Amino acid sequence: MYKVKVFVTLKESVLDPQGTAVKGSLHRMEYNEVQDVRIGKYLELTIEDSVKDLDQAIREMCEKLLSNPVIEDYRYEVEEVVAQ
Amino acid sequence: MRFAVIVFPGSNCDIDMFHAVKDELGAEAEYVWHDEESLDRFDGILLPGGFSYGDYLRTGAIAQFSHVMDGVKKAAEAGKPVLGVCNGFQILQEAGLLPGAMRRNESLKFICKQEALKVVNNETMFSSSYGKDEEIIIPIAHGAGNYYCDEETLKQLEEENRIIFRYKNNPNGSVSDIAGIMNAKGNVLGMMPHPERAVSELLGSADGLKLFQSIVKSWRENHVLSS
Repeated sequence: MYKVKVFVTLKESVLDPQGTAVKGSLHRMEYNEVQDVRIGKYLELTIEDSVKDLDQAIREMCEKLLSNPVIEDYRYEVEEVVAQ
Repeated sequence: MRFAVIVFPGSNCDIDMFHAVKDELGAEAEYVWHDEESLDRFDGILLPGGFSYGDYLRTGAIAQFSHVMDGVKKAAEAGKPVLGVCNGFQILQEAGLLPGAMRRNESLKFICKQEALKVVNNETMFSSSYGKDEEIIIPIAHGAGNYYCDEETLKQLEEENRIIFRYKNNPNGSVSDIAGIMNAKGNVLGMMPHPERAVSELLGSADGLKLFQSIVKSWRENHVLSS
């Protein structure tokens, strides 16, 4: 089994109104060192070994459904999970 | 002319849309559940607003893979009028039938109010009953209506006159004040404002009715007169 961790964030070029609001809040808490906040999504997929091409499958899932390539970027990490 | 009003789990403007088309416009209308595949028996397709699939993941993201979307794509390819309002617009974007994507409103607030729009292009099957640059009042009700596309796409939309409606006072941060856009072929329109909520003076405005009348007018010109 594979555990796949997918991170989806708004593209650098797209303004993130939620991130901007959170940054303002952090500044009011006097964490003035915070320069930028970007809010994204974190997804965990558990995938069977039988998948043919894991990377290709993940890329397809990310580009077709998990992220919207018009406004979002994604990256992922794969962990192999050994059955106990 | 027979319209399909597509109903997804979480649609909530389907009844308004049905009422507008059936009672105010006087056309035929039928609700179509999201797991139906064929829309061949309809002349026009309406995707209403709401929160399909609870807006899970992204607005419209899950709905794009509903069975009925195969029928919507087929209808779009066949040149039938396809109108997506609010969540319906978001679904059409996710399905790749219209360019761009929606971000959360700039203010992060859900905005529900009457909005002044300008009819930028009145030479389409959706807007021919309006005057050029006519100002109309149509309500908006959305949390994610902040239209985004890259500069290249915007240039293309402008050059091809595919921006149909613009906000007079941009309420949500949309690129180029965009409230509604069309596909290249001219038969798929997506808009965030709700024309189906502005179909009689009792509702505060009847300006939305002309949009539906334009669709019927165009259909009659192509079907009734020639047959």
